[in-house]
Amino acid sequence: MHEFDYVVAENLTEATKLLSDHKGSARILAGGTDLLVIMRNGRRQAKLVIDAKKIPELTDLSLNDEGLSIGAAVTCRQIWENTELAGDYPAIIDSASLIGGIQVQGRATIGGNLCNAAPSADAIPTLIAYGAIAHIQNSDGQRQVPVEEICQAPGQTSLSEDEILVKLTIAKPVAHSGAKFLRFIPRNEMDIAVVNVASMVELDSEGKSFLKARIAMGSVAPTPLFVKAAGDSLAGKEVNDESIKAAALIAREAATPITDMRGTIEHRKQLVEVLTVRTLNAAVARAKGEQS
Amino acid sequence: MSKRHHVTTTINGEESDFLCEPRQSLLEVLRDVLKLTGAKEGCNDGNCGACSVLVDGVLVDSCCVLGVEAEGKQIDTIEGMAVNGELHPLQKAFLEETGMQCGICTPGFLMSSKALLEKNPQPDEAEIRHWLAGNLCRCTGYDKIIRAVQRAANEMAGEKV
Repeated sequence: MHEFDYVVAENLTEATKLLSDHKGSARILAGGTDLLVIMRNGRRQAKLVIDAKKIPELTDLSLNDEGLSIGAAVTCRQIWENTELAGDYPAIIDSASLIGGIQVQGRATIGGNLCNAAPSADAIPTLIAYGAIAHIQNSDGQRQVPVEEICQAPGQTSLSEDEILVKLTIAKPVAHSGAKFLRFIPRNEMDIAVVNVASMVELDSEGKSFLKARIAMGSVAPTPLFVKAAGDSLAGKEVNDESIKAAALIAREAATPITDMRGTIEHRKQLVEVLTVRTLNAAVARAKGEQS
Repeated sequence: MSKRHHVTTTINGEESDFLCEPRQSLLEVLRDVLKLTGAKEGCNDGNCGACSVLVDGVLVDSCCVLGVEAEGKQIDTIEGMAVNGELHPLQKAFLEETGMQCGICTPGFLMSSKALLEKNPQPDEAEIRHWLAGNLCRCTGYDKIIRAVQRAANEMAGEKV
């Protein structure tokens, strides 16, 4: 790996000052499972690596009446080991438990998955489906941005050089809601998504109609994609195969994948349709309190 | 050369300190500075698990951790697995079941398997395969490795009775 300096930031003020002072040449280190790999293979360089794991706001994982707050340096393993999350936020566990293997999950963070901005990122569609908000700190203060507005291109986010992601928050899910994340890979584990999809649904109290839905997907565009039209198409519709299929076709149409070693355009579009149907059905089952 | 850092840490229960550059991974420090060559370099990018160690009890790939991050941490490596020359039940079971061929992946599989059994003493086959997905064996000895883990789990359960 190329030479760089290393510093542990103790608080947000120190971190944003270091970022400002080193405009563009400093990198934030959380889990390192992306950063250290891309620095080693030469795709990224840094003069200074700022270890953010001692900043209290970044390591906080809390669950209260308002919802869930995931500090940007909270690891995937901390997510799936937290049994309290499974009830209200099962799709976050879906994502956190299939990013890499156990070793990667012990280091990799949900915040890092977002900031790395891979088109195939396995946490981002779930965050978007849940309507998660990114809290971003700069020298002037904090701003809040919906997660779907963060990724701009492969590896590029809307954060400026002097900004740091502090936490991701998700409002407490309303009654009769549920969410599910699914990824297609040709292996059982440890692979990059050919396609991934997350769906969140809110149903009426009888579980017969959709009140609202949000669908997001990955590996089908330069960034993870929020397919607002697909979710909106379900609002007010009965929960049945027809309405779910119609939403899946909108998602399929919105996908603009490429053909590469992992799959062809046609294969990926087909997968979008299949995974949208499956995640919607599973989200409905979870909304009704059924196992899925 | 960027400034070298003085890092104080605990390795396999013993206090240890070393000097390292920020760019050196924990794996490089273990192997090249501390001469603990049990952890292996396979892919060097977090895919193969041959460099698996515990940092504060959490299983990680040491190639994806910086040596400087070890400051104040407890590191456990394969060198600490046998105690006073007595092999761990997992090590014995890997020998009995021939859970290795070339042996490069073995330290990583043993560290992962030990972490699994500490969390889940009686895992079923699916749970073992899921937990060990981050460890690759290019000699394709997975079935024997799974059997070795099951055998060790059974033996360790028997010891506790």
